[in-house]
Amino acid sequence: MKIARSKHFSQILLLLILLIMGVVLSFLSPYFLSWNNFYNILDQTSVDIILAMGMVFVIASGGIDLSIGSVLAYSGIMMAFAMKAGMAIPVAVALGISAGTVIGLCSGFLISCLRLNPLVTTLGFMSVARGLALILTKSSPIFGFPNAFKFLGSGRVGPVNVPILVALAIAVISFILLNKTKWGYYTLALGGNEEALRRAGVATHRYRASLYVFCALMAAIAGMITVARLNSADPLAGWMVETDAIAAVVLGGTSLSGGRGSILGAVLACLVLGMLDNGLILMAIPAYYQKLFCGLIIIIALVATELRNRKEHRNFV
Amino acid sequence: MGEKKKQPFLSVKDLKKSFGRVEALRGADLEVYPGETLAIVGDNGAGKTTLIKTLSGVISPDSGEIMIEGRAYQELNPRQALDLGISTVYQDLSLVNCRDIATNIFLGREPVRHKIFVDKRKMAAEAEEFLRQLDIKIPEIGVEAGQLSGGQRQGVAIARAIKFGGKLLIFDEPTAAMGVQESAAVLNLIRKLGQKGYAVILISHNMYEVFQLAKRVSVMRQGKVVATVSTGDVTPHDVVALITGAGEIAADIFS
Repeated sequence: MKIARSKHFSQILLLLILLIMGVVLSFLSPYFLSWNNFYNILDQTSVDIILAMGMVFVIASGGIDLSIGSVLAYSGIMMAFAMKAGMAIPVAVALGISAGTVIGLCSGFLISCLRLNPLVTTLGFMSVARGLALILTKSSPIFGFPNAFKFLGSGRVGPVNVPILVALAIAVISFILLNKTKWGYYTLALGGNEEALRRAGVATHRYRASLYVFCALMAAIAGMITVARLNSADPLAGWMVETDAIAAVVLGGTSLSGGRGSILGAVLACLVLGMLDNGLILMAIPAYYQKLFCGLIIIIALVATELRNRKEHRNFV
Repeated sequence: MGEKKKQPFLSVKDLKKSFGRVEALRGADLEVYPGETLAIVGDNGAGKTTLIKTLSGVISPDSGEIMIEGRAYQELNPRQALDLGISTVYQDLSLVNCRDIATNIFLGREPVRHKIFVDKRKMAAEAEEFLRQLDIKIPEIGVEAGQLSGGQRQGVAIARAIKFGGKLLIFDEPTAAMGVQESAAVLNLIRKLGQKGYAVILISHNMYEVFQLAKRVSVMRQGKVVATVSTGDVTPHDVVALITGAGEIAADIFS
């Protein structure tokens, strides 16, 4: 009972699932239990982790962002065009990341200042960014980038791939931001009781807008890594990654109704989903099952949140 | 009457506010003197909550003037009101349920180390000490606000209101939906704050509370302050008559 009531219940459970899945998959597939395969899972998961970090903040504030997959593709394409136009790599990267972040700024502004529904607003921007990506590329991928840029996706620092290092750094920074800074405190307060925060004299709309900017920034960084890794900027990159990110975030113990968020939980959940993906591939089961699983997680989490809210409401009244 | 020659801490002139077609305030006037406890009474929908929400900057009035310590304002925002020394404990207990007590008390004014890191330990220690000083009993400082009883939540909300040195404390029906013992504790706390020199505005439906705590009572009806009387000069019956409007009829007959 003590564990069940603990604040870290979700995280402990995820760690157990991770271990059990590891053991089961080791028996089911002879290829699973190897350092190379684990390394592979980590590498594949790094982009999901980066995306999930942005999503933790948005969901913990009581919002949601459906546009991350499109922002990922759009940023990657802007970066690719800039490099093809002969710009220096840092300039091209900065340009691509800014382009994606601007979309977050737009949705953040509309959601916080005009109080639009985040689900529908980001759904709109999801279509806008994807449309831009397809129009600009005439729907065909852009190939071939300088080696120095490809280093960001497949290079190594010592024994570790760059994407893993970037994901780790972002996870650590996100943990500090959420748990130790005013920005994180206000993110959780926005999700818990926005009016209380406003009455405490905080400019809530600025904080709410900044969350979508942060989330888009994460998606843009994920876009950079995706392009660098595949050596190709695909307008269809990041298709449906938002479901994986949302599933990972809620599986990690972040409340869909806002007010609670867990960075560690989201990272563990990304690893669980990554391992599931990997296990399905090794057992030659179509990876589409992973999508099915993500969708079910989101629906179950939604039902659980709703039931808990109803119970709390009953207790309070 | 010598007291009243002092400059009021806050005075409100001809304040108006409409929500669509509903005129919540139709030219309200109010004066609060430093250190006094003033009660505002009135029927549901008389405009009490709208009036105090304009004072705390949560809503902005359509017209009228708010004077605080001699300076005039057309409207206030929540941060301005707090900085001018007006702290409000709302009826709908604005605590963040999923955050702990210390975080709630320091909400919006968290102490930081190295300019970025919220100093959790300092918050917990100071909040605990402060609650002890106020004699507000809570189970543990790390408990989430959502797990507290109504009285404990009110205590935390009051602690937050006065933590950062307000001059005027506004209580909007502080004992609504509270048990006898809990409301006695909250009233006791408000009395102590009055004795400490805070100006207090108490909104209440309970005449017993009003006559216990307040020196003066302002009565609101249909968006206006229709009378301000001294609790020493009238009976609770008189005040009820003023609230319902029966008082005016009575006054007409006798005059």
